[in-house]
Amino acid sequence: MSNKQTLVVIGNGMVGQHFLASLVASPVKDQYHIVTFCEEPRPAYDRVHLSSFFTGTSAKELSLVEDGFFEQHDITLHLGDKAATIDRTAKTVTSSKGICIAYDKLVLATGSYPFVPPVAGHDRAQCLVYRTIEDLEAMAAAAKTGKVGTVVGGGLLGLEAAKALKDLGLETHIVEFAPRLMAVQLDEAGGAMLRRKIEQLGVIVHTGKNTSLITDGEQCVNKMCFADGEELETDIVLFSAGIRPRDELARACGLEVGQRGGIVIDNDCKTSDADIYAIGECALWNGMIYGLVAPGYAMARTVVANLEGNFYSSFRGADMSTKLKLMGVDVASIGDAHARSQGALVYSYQNDANEVYKRLVVSEDKKYLLGAVLVGEASGYSTLLQYCLNGIELPENPEALILPHRSDESVGLGPDALPASAIICSCYNVSKGKLCTAIEAGCTTVDALKTSTQAATGCGGCSALLKSVLNSELAKQGVEVNTDLCEHFAYTRQELHALVRVEQIKSFSDLLAKHGKGLGCEICKPTVGSILASQWNEHILEKDHLGLQDTNDNFLANMQKDGTYSVVPRITGGEISPDMLIALGQVGKKYKLYTKITGGQRVDLFGATLEQLPLIWQELIAAGFESGHAYGKSLRTVKSCVGSSWCRYGVDDSVSLAIELENRYKGLRSPHKIKMAVSGCTRECAEAQGKDVGIIATENGWNLYVCGNGGMKPRHADLFATALDKETLIKTIDRFLSFYVRTADRLQRTSVWMENMEGGLDYLKSVIIDDKLGLAEQLEQQMQTVIDTYQCEWKTTIEDESKLKRFHHFINSDATDDNVVFVEERGQIRPARDDERKHFNLVEVA
Amino acid sequence: MQWTDVCSVSDLQENSGVCALVNGLQVAIFYLPADEHGVYAIGNYDPIGKANVLSRGIIGDIKGHKVVASPLYKQHFDLQTGTCLEDEWVTVPVYACQIEGGRVQVDTRLIAPLRQLIETSTNAQQEGVSA
Repeated sequence: MSNKQTLVVIGNGMVGQHFLASLVASPVKDQYHIVTFCEEPRPAYDRVHLSSFFTGTSAKELSLVEDGFFEQHDITLHLGDKAATIDRTAKTVTSSKGICIAYDKLVLATGSYPFVPPVAGHDRAQCLVYRTIEDLEAMAAAAKTGKVGTVVGGGLLGLEAAKALKDLGLETHIVEFAPRLMAVQLDEAGGAMLRRKIEQLGVIVHTGKNTSLITDGEQCVNKMCFADGEELETDIVLFSAGIRPRDELARACGLEVGQRGGIVIDNDCKTSDADIYAIGECALWNGMIYGLVAPGYAMARTVVANLEGNFYSSFRGADMSTKLKLMGVDVASIGDAHARSQGALVYSYQNDANEVYKRLVVSEDKKYLLGAVLVGEASGYSTLLQYCLNGIELPENPEALILPHRSDESVGLGPDALPASAIICSCYNVSKGKLCTAIEAGCTTVDALKTSTQAATGCGGCSALLKSVLNSELAKQGVEVNTDLCEHFAYTRQELHALVRVEQIKSFSDLLAKHGKGLGCEICKPTVGSILASQWNEHILEKDHLGLQDTNDNFLANMQKDGTYSVVPRITGGEISPDMLIALGQVGKKYKLYTKITGGQRVDLFGATLEQLPLIWQELIAAGFESGHAYGKSLRTVKSCVGSSWCRYGVDDSVSLAIELENRYKGLRSPHKIKMAVSGCTRECAEAQGKDVGIIATENGWNLYVCGNGGMKPRHADLFATALDKETLIKTIDRFLSFYVRTADRLQRTSVWMENMEGGLDYLKSVIIDDKLGLAEQLEQQMQTVIDTYQCEWKTTIEDESKLKRFHHFINSDATDDNVVFVEERGQIRPARDDERKHFNLVEVA
Repeated sequence: MQWTDVCSVSDLQENSGVCALVNGLQVAIFYLPADEHGVYAIGNYDPIGKANVLSRGIIGDIKGHKVVASPLYKQHFDLQTGTCLEDEWVTVPVYACQIEGGRVQVDTRLIAPLRQLIETSTNAQQEGVSA
């Protein structure tokens, strides 16, 4: 073997793993054989997001270790084997399975264990803790028989644990010793607001309660007795009353530990033995145990720097600011939230109606931000944190930072105001300077920047700030993103839409003459064609519009690879009678079409030639069908489940609503295709949350989801409004769709449209629901115009001789295209492959 | 010229294309009423998409070239040279086309890319000689 030294890491939790990842990224790794012991049966996973385990996240998804990490970096991993003793004289670590490793350097990342108060009965059945995946599995097992769950501890972790109990469907209680929730991070008013919001979610909060005994319950497995004489029946008791450092190994080998536990470390994270480091929740620095992951990560990086010989990079404490979403409630705490600093001044804003509480703690001279509390609305967190951490001078009226602003004025801190040293991502310690270097080196997209710097890949809280730094840097570099639609129009689609609307322009040639140049192209022509259609709704095959139409619109059918077409009649809501189905089958049979069911609950008929299209539609229209617009960038289908008329679980009549919506919006031309769905209950069989517009029935009315899609980059829709009656629902969708049609870019689905919007979902809500721009009436009117002028494009076409002339392969012959060759497969046709076309010769140069 | 009568001008679609069968060949004819030539004719076969569809593409101009965009995969073919703007090695036949007395006529003897091919090969030969 080489002259490599051996480095042993005890503990493969989040911090232990972060240490390994930082180490293997450093050149110093080549000096060490790395060995790690992991007591748990699986390597490091994300404890911060543990409660998502109950909402479908698997143990594998929680994992923080990439497949093959240990093998790739030649790290010996002893999984499910606990380090049992350390012999500092012999410099060895011995595991409980008897493996003995000699070390040169040792890193203790043993973490912490949940503190269980020494209450009588704390070890009874179904008295559990909340830290590992195994703990979660025990909770899930207990929840199968139990109905009530109680968390002891109303801190950060306790609230997370309460969410887990709630997700398991239990009646959930929180019992807290202190007089308020999150007593460490929040002031009294903040704690009260949080309590109010949590209680609204159905969690029962008991504060100022001292548990004195846990004993047999009458209705439940357990009964908790409190010092004030009150009692609480509960099946599960979940202790989440803080953590205690795992320092027993260190204690046993004589390392210095704190009075109340914790392995004492210096600024280099070294213990009292210079060859042994301690990092994370087991370490005691300056009398403090850090129970958050970011300081642990910082310690891990300090050790790597120390091994590299960089003794200037020491651990100097960590910021304990936090921002999180607890059961959907935004909560954030920054710095000195309790205003304990000398002379500190407090500004606070409380809005009981909207359930928002904000508090600023500033220095005596009102120049610097010392701390803040945000409950109910935490969008200002990044800005405030930057003020606080970088000592940036506050604006003249600091209260503006927490007061709601009515106009568009932004009081946010622009990225330019931040110094290069400002830490943007505290999970991975990425400064603004580091981001700027990466941007200069060519990372010009958010994704590239994230991959290159790891910023925003931890908790993700800094992603908005990262994006604004990126945009501002790109603007400084003079990288100007050209937003012109194409060489013919120096406008965006949104601007063209406005021109068409305001100047009442009704044809492409007019628009080109007034605002464009050249002849146009396959980008601007269909875009303008779509704008004209959504604004004036004339038939798209009228003489003025014909040449604008993209491949499929051009012949009102979907062109396939061999130049033949597929036909999709509308089947509203996916409801079809046997007679209609038979009619459809007869047409398919007569024209020998390949038939397939689509994902949108319709039937697609393939292999129709140009001359067959009008004949097919004549029969379909006679049978009562109309165009399905599968060829257009327009509303496709409103998918539905069978709903309350048949389903045992149905809450409302999803089919009727789907049919009504599909009939309302059919024919609407838009920047890209629009898909909708309606589910009759929260089982969500119609997959509404994967659609641009999704509706789910609840006991209280319809819940509206928007901006979801499937396809290449699937995205779940966001909840937009809840408990709507039908009238309000339709009004909201009218506005939403009209606004999308007006303002989206060409070929931009609703998801990307919303994500690129400054202010995102909240802004969209303010425009659509609160009518912030005063556009609502216009948007509704626009939709009504489209609805009132609907026509079945195929019906109009087959009734107009002049339009039908084009539906022949040859303008001067009744011959058909001899390049269209079908073969049979599974009893139906399909286009012949090249090797099957023996008789066909290309037109060659003679 | 050897003109073949194809159809009436009224059979054409303004600012769009139709396909005609001329001497056994599928010819895409594009009608731009405002243009100096008025009509353009190229082969209807899309050599990239491998289907007879070019007459159904959108016409326009890209950097000064009058083009049709294939309705299948959107490559641009120059209406005057037959060259594909995305790949100069791919070409489609170009035919002479005119409007005479309200009738559309096509000469199916190639004017391009044959002429180009001859020109390039002649140039190459000359270079070869001089070298």
